[in-house]
Amino acid sequence: MTAPRPAHRSSGASRVAGVASALFGGGSATVFALLIVIFAGIFAMNPSFMEPPSLMAFIKNAAPLVVLAIGQYFVIVAGELDLSVGSLVGTQVVIAAALIDGEESRTGPVLLLMLVFGVLVGLVNGLITTVLKVHSLITTLGMMLVLYGANRLWTGGAPTGALSEAFRQPGRGGVEMPVVRLLPWSLLILVAVVIAAVVVMRRPYGRVLIAVGDNEQAAAFSGVRVWQVRTAAFVLSSVMATLAAVLIGGYAGVTAQVGEGLEFAAITAVVLGGVVLGGGRGTVIAAMAGALTVEALFTLFNQLSLPSTIRPAAQGLIIIAAVAYAARERSQPAPPVDDARPEPARS
Amino acid sequence: MTASTPEAAGGGAAVSTHLLRMRGISKSFLGVRVLHGVDLDLRAGEVHALVGENGAGKSTLMKILAGVHQADSGTVELDGAAVAFEHPLQAQQARVSTVFQEFNLLPDRTVAENVFLGREPRTRGMVDARRMNADTAQLLADLGLTWLTPQAPVRSLSVAGQQIVEIVKALSYDARIISMDEPTAALADEEVDLLYRLIARLRERGVAILYVSHRLKEIFDLCDRVTVLKDGALVDTVDTATLRPDELVRMMVGRPISSFFPDKLPGTAPGDVRLRVTGGGNDQLDGIDLEVRAGEITCLAGLQGSGRTEIAHALFGIARFTRGTVQVDGRTVRLRSPRQAVRTGLALVTEDRKAEGLALNQSVAANARLVLDAVDPRRAAARARRIPGLLSSLDLVARGPDQEVRFLSGGNQQKVVLAKWLATEPSVIVLDEPTRGIDVGAKHRVYTLMRELAADGVAILMVSSELPEVIGMADRVIVLRDGRIAGELPGGTTEEAVMALATGQVPGGPMS
Repeated sequence: MTAPRPAHRSSGASRVAGVASALFGGGSATVFALLIVIFAGIFAMNPSFMEPPSLMAFIKNAAPLVVLAIGQYFVIVAGELDLSVGSLVGTQVVIAAALIDGEESRTGPVLLLMLVFGVLVGLVNGLITTVLKVHSLITTLGMMLVLYGANRLWTGGAPTGALSEAFRQPGRGGVEMPVVRLLPWSLLILVAVVIAAVVVMRRPYGRVLIAVGDNEQAAAFSGVRVWQVRTAAFVLSSVMATLAAVLIGGYAGVTAQVGEGLEFAAITAVVLGGVVLGGGRGTVIAAMAGALTVEALFTLFNQLSLPSTIRPAAQGLIIIAAVAYAARERSQPAPPVDDARPEPARS
Repeated sequence: MTASTPEAAGGGAAVSTHLLRMRGISKSFLGVRVLHGVDLDLRAGEVHALVGENGAGKSTLMKILAGVHQADSGTVELDGAAVAFEHPLQAQQARVSTVFQEFNLLPDRTVAENVFLGREPRTRGMVDARRMNADTAQLLADLGLTWLTPQAPVRSLSVAGQQIVEIVKALSYDARIISMDEPTAALADEEVDLLYRLIARLRERGVAILYVSHRLKEIFDLCDRVTVLKDGALVDTVDTATLRPDELVRMMVGRPISSFFPDKLPGTAPGDVRLRVTGGGNDQLDGIDLEVRAGEITCLAGLQGSGRTEIAHALFGIARFTRGTVQVDGRTVRLRSPRQAVRTGLALVTEDRKAEGLALNQSVAANARLVLDAVDPRRAAARARRIPGLLSSLDLVARGPDQEVRFLSGGNQQKVVLAKWLATEPSVIVLDEPTRGIDVGAKHRVYTLMRELAADGVAILMVSSELPEVIGMADRVIVLRDGRIAGELPGGTTEEAVMALATGQVPGGPMS
């Protein structure tokens, strides 16, 4: 879909610019600039980072957060928030380990069960928010605590069982090939998810979703079933969290801490991508770029030998700075807003 | 009320003094000139209309006077002394106040707290509420607004009441000049009268009023002189006493509008009943019997709160009729949601464009196909192919289909809303205040569109509080009062006949 269509009367360059702005636009060009700057920083510290194998390692590491950020994007752009994804990732990994318990043959059924559980969590989040009119911040905070608590209660803080080798493949495995040595499955999954997300956002559902986040009443008066659209966004977010759980489980293994804090990392990523809290603005590509930027920043911290405990503070600063920056952008006196706007003269 | 001429309005103000002289005001935004070389004079004690189509530069000129924007070139003299306001506060200190369309009031605070916001009288550091209320009461009494209580929370006031609080607030700074941006846009007819009286009082006190409005009637009722802007340039400043309405329209649009309300297109004839409501009622409406025929423009008239919008909402499933039946094309339907209404072939252009009609941060294209995307996603892409043609036939002025609608003028935003509903090919279209807050050219386009739709056999139900438009467009006028149908009048009726039914008084009697 990025392929420039044959230019009609407009020049090819403006056509490409148009496609670029459609993809990256919405005031989110900043995140791409930031991503490039951070990559340049990492490269300056450690030139070998740009070699394919270490880039692939970076992707493997970043994939879960990108997937989570895409899920979070659907919810945020509809004007809500999903705090439950971190706990959900943790719970899903623990469920997988306990139920598979090292038996290869159980991989398929357990994956299916995880999907069902993910959909269920999303449905509960969505329906409580839309039908019972509980603010999503509260709904998903509650869900986060319930999942976290249930997880702790069940495992006593020490998850049991083990993941199967097949289960771990998507997160850690890949295809042997030249240059990169190992093309990670997670990269392929990531590409597929990003393409699917972009397609969804260009479909009627995606457009309706953004419209709901922008102006719920206008959307409802246009025949949108707002509750359904928003609930579906929560389901998408939970399904993405489930996929992230598979990737993390494979990559990092099973611990009691898995998934902790990921909800905030995902929100940081989305906000950094210029997606406005409150909904209605921002692209899914920018959310993805936000996630890569957060991961790249953490990589840079590693290069600088900063302790990993600095991450929450850094995330906090990023969230505040990104939202403040977006607010500033929005409050700039955009001249065309009043009645004197530069319009072509009428005939 | 009778509008007093400047000569009659004594009040001791020297009428011919130029309180304000703006000369050669130019302003560009991002390299686009929105004002070039505009002159404006205001005399003490005059009401001076500032008119022009959207995009003519009225708001920019007003904002330069208010200190919100700064002119690139040109001079502003106040009482003969050159001034340059860098900030709205400086304008306020120079006793130049502005009442914007969006109210800057705190709804949960009282009238007095709003009037004295930020400069409350204090005793030993504590806000002296008693003195504040007394001062406000004095201000209100001076203006003959004794029905307003200083202690009343602003939320409890009508829109007109809130508008008046804004003006009182402006006056509390002892303003010599007050500019008002479409002060009647949100007011019902009977509330406009309140504003007229207040303006007459201000004029007597020698306050100069700069009055921005789209409504020609108000300009001729209220204003002494009118300054017309077009495309950022001054067309002329003329006395309203020597001006005819059609001349003013021609100055504004730069071309004559042959007939402001276009004639019916040939071949337009009332057809089958498309929409029939029998005994419709809910907690706000009762005994609503209504028929809307194909090819016919039926108009719902009545005062604010008489049930006009409530009928539109009940028809569209936003509210519901709890009694009675609704038939569309002969089939009895239950309209429980806008979605069902759309599927039944109804469309509703809502009264409040920004809150209910548009997703302002989305593009023209996204807004125009929102209903299709929502209700018929599978065929949305195919059906949306009509939209570019619809938009261009409505003369939409926008940079392109990707431009966000918040950057469009009111008239162009309304065209996007209209295209959104036309794309659904409705058999009945309900238009709630379709020309509110849009400029003359766009109004004319909406009227011709209604004629075109009627000729195509669409049934049109229009809700309007602008009587000239009701009289000029409707084939039948249904007048509502207190949630019931007060009577029906044929097309071409008079404003007096409509008002008589709307207020329940005999023609010629007192109107309020």
